Amino acid sequence: MTETTRTSRRHFLKGGLIAGGAMAAGPVLASGDPAILEVQPWANQLGEGVDARPYGVPSPFENHVRRRNVEWLTADPVSSVNFTPLHELDGVITPNGLCFERHHGGIAEVDPAKYRLMINGLVDRELVFTLDDLKRFPRVNRAYFLECAANSGMEWRGAQLNGCQFTHGMIHNVLYTGVPLRTILAEAGVKTNGKWILPEGADAAAMTRSIPIEKALDDCLVAFAMNGEALRPEQGYPVRLVVPGWEGNMWIKWLRRIEVGDMPWHHREETSKYTDLFADGKARRFTWEMDAKSVITNPSPQAPILHGKGPTVLTGVAWSGRGTIKEVHVTLDGGRNWHQARIDGPSWDKSIHRFYFDFEWDGRPLLLQSRAVDSTGYVQPTKNELRAVRGENSIYHNNGIQTWHVRANGEAENVEIS
Amino acid sequence: MSRFLNLAAAAALVSVFSTAALADGLGLGRPATPEEVAAWDIDIRPDGAGLPEGSGSVFDGEEIYAERCAVCHGDFGEAVGRWPVLAGGRDTLASSRPVKTVGSYWPYLSTVWDYVHRAMPFGDAQSLTDDETYALTAYILYLNDLVDDEFELSRDNFTEVAMPNADGFFPDDRMETAVWAKREPCMTDCKASVEITGRARVLDVTPDDPTSKIRTGTATSEEAAATQTDEPAAGAATQVAAVAAPDPELVAAGKSVFRKCQACHAVGDGARHKIGPHLNGAFGRTVGTADGFTKYSKAMAAAGESGMVWDEASLTAFLQNPKATIKGTRMAFAGLRKDDDLRAIIAYLQAHPE
Repeated sequence: MTETTRTSRRHFLKGGLIAGGAMAAGPVLASGDPAILEVQPWANQLGEGVDARPYGVPSPFENHVRRRNVEWLTADPVSSVNFTPLHELDGVITPNGLCFERHHGGIAEVDPAKYRLMINGLVDRELVFTLDDLKRFPRVNRAYFLECAANSGMEWRGAQLNGCQFTHGMIHNVLYTGVPLRTILAEAGVKTNGKWILPEGADAAAMTRSIPIEKALDDCLVAFAMNGEALRPEQGYPVRLVVPGWEGNMWIKWLRRIEVGDMPWHHREETSKYTDLFADGKARRFTWEMDAKSVITNPSPQAPILHGKGPTVLTGVAWSGRGTIKEVHVTLDGGRNWHQARIDGPSWDKSIHRFYFDFEWDGRPLLLQSRAVDSTGYVQPTKNELRAVRGENSIYHNNGIQTWHVRANGEAENVEIS
Repeated sequence: MSRFLNLAAAAALVSVFSTAALADGLGLGRPATPEEVAAWDIDIRPDGAGLPEGSGSVFDGEEIYAERCAVCHGDFGEAVGRWPVLAGGRDTLASSRPVKTVGSYWPYLSTVWDYVHRAMPFGDAQSLTDDETYALTAYILYLNDLVDDEFELSRDNFTEVAMPNADGFFPDDRMETAVWAKREPCMTDCKASVEITGRARVLDVTPDDPTSKIRTGTATSEEAAATQTDEPAAGAATQVAAVAAPDPELVAAGKSVFRKCQACHAVGDGARHKIGPHLNGAFGRTVGTADGFTKYSKAMAAAGESGMVWDEASLTAFLQNPKATIKGTRMAFAGLRKDDDLRAIIAYLQAHPE
């Protein structure tokens, strides 16, 4: 970041805070608010007709709401990741265009007419399905979060990235339409010695992961729609695997093949990567479930408090790969005292939950944290509790409690506390 | 006619029976042919299952590696930039800066063969033959001092190679740790004092956000419209056909040579800067002046300032031996050895004006 951009950003932020304050103070003219007193262009002139936007896009005033990457993280944007702007979202569903992306060989542009799904290995019948074939199976609708195992991975050694988009944005929550994987496996007939599956992508990384058959027959889906429309290319169009609650890397996109075998394959993405190196040099492997986690999305560094003291809405998201979220606790004083947050909206299994804590801000600095408790009774740990077990070389599976320091002027910063 | 109907009825009966035979299925899909399964089922397991016939030596691997891998992974597997390090790193796993390489971390050799064969070289996946994959796997072992330079890897001796970190992994034991055992969270008076111990702003590594709207409520429609049009203008790529068109056959050959370049360079419609600049209009341009590319080495920028232009002579020299031609270039490519390849790649670049 150059000195100039840093300065201009500060300036912008400062300007925002002043303007925000002015808004909170009410109309500036004695006679009233010009937004009311003056006829606005949209009230006077006709707008565009129905065909102007055959596929709708957000208002141009929302152009800042974007996925963003952190360039220095990876060698190249082709095998890289960008981040969901969590601080700009509400509710529990992530809009399709804002779902973070992680590709290992770029976005495969698969022609649906040439799409094939092969089932082979330890099955009674090795089969090939077209996309049309898959759409003839009975289908279901389920909302699940997908979190990259490396979400918050840059924070193992301390507070690093200043914004929940970057610290927690490798997650999205989507309503999938698809066929239970068990239905498709039954079509092929899994042999009794079939204990593992190997889903494989059609992209230039030909991504593979080994998944135990119990999970495959439990809640996995072969999905072709997200939030009501066809999958987006960057999310695996036309077909991806959904592996609820488990690390995102296993949700093979552009799914072309599922092999059934009697032991795991130990491929690159489950040995060299996506294993958790401990301080003693040994590594934990096959850490599939994403443990309970939460983060306050507003206020946060990219979403400061602009309205000054008074009624304030604190909100955030919580999720668990092992079930639902039972409770979320929020602290304003760095963990000395905690309060029950209000969970609002659907409480679905392995899906994002939205929480709120509505409070009267007295304008004094805050140390904000949220703590999730899931339906198994698991309590989201602090980062230091995790480090005590795992050291700082882990990269993956950092579900520690996040702290934001809010200053008196409403700005927020990613910090760590004692 | 009645006979025809009987046949139809018999056929219907058969279809009911065959559906019933698929006890759990709907009868959707069709059988995969052995050729289809062979084409897609390319995975390898630690026990060697899936390995094809074949072999490759360290000696052969070295040449393939120099041509197809060193550009990203470095001449000795030390890596260029942030591309993966392949060699070294032994005894670093318990340090504060662990280096996870094939030699220091990967538990199974089959993972190397499988991954190289399915996903490498980056940008030209599944182009290596089985023998080339054996040779590269042997060479990566050699880079890690795990075999000597006479070594040849084959399906027969594959599972005999011992990987140093084979015992370095343990299964998920999260439920047996203190983190899992915690069950009664404290709600009041949980600690006496709180200190800030670390701050993200000290590091200053968060990407700047050019379109950030920490909302002022004062953005005008004009401002909003302006931020909307920050995509490159599609019409800007209008081509000017001034120089003699290069030989189409050479251009076609150049396209395949370019596969060696495409991990770092893009060319053609919509090409953007990657690790290296996009190469539309590179032919005929002053060295080190691709618009919007900010990662030139000092050496490359200096060459441009001294008046060097990318023409046939300078490209031939540079692509034959980049590091000798412009000392200090960041381009990690070893160089093209064949004259035919050089002529082809230059024609290919010439065929892609600005």
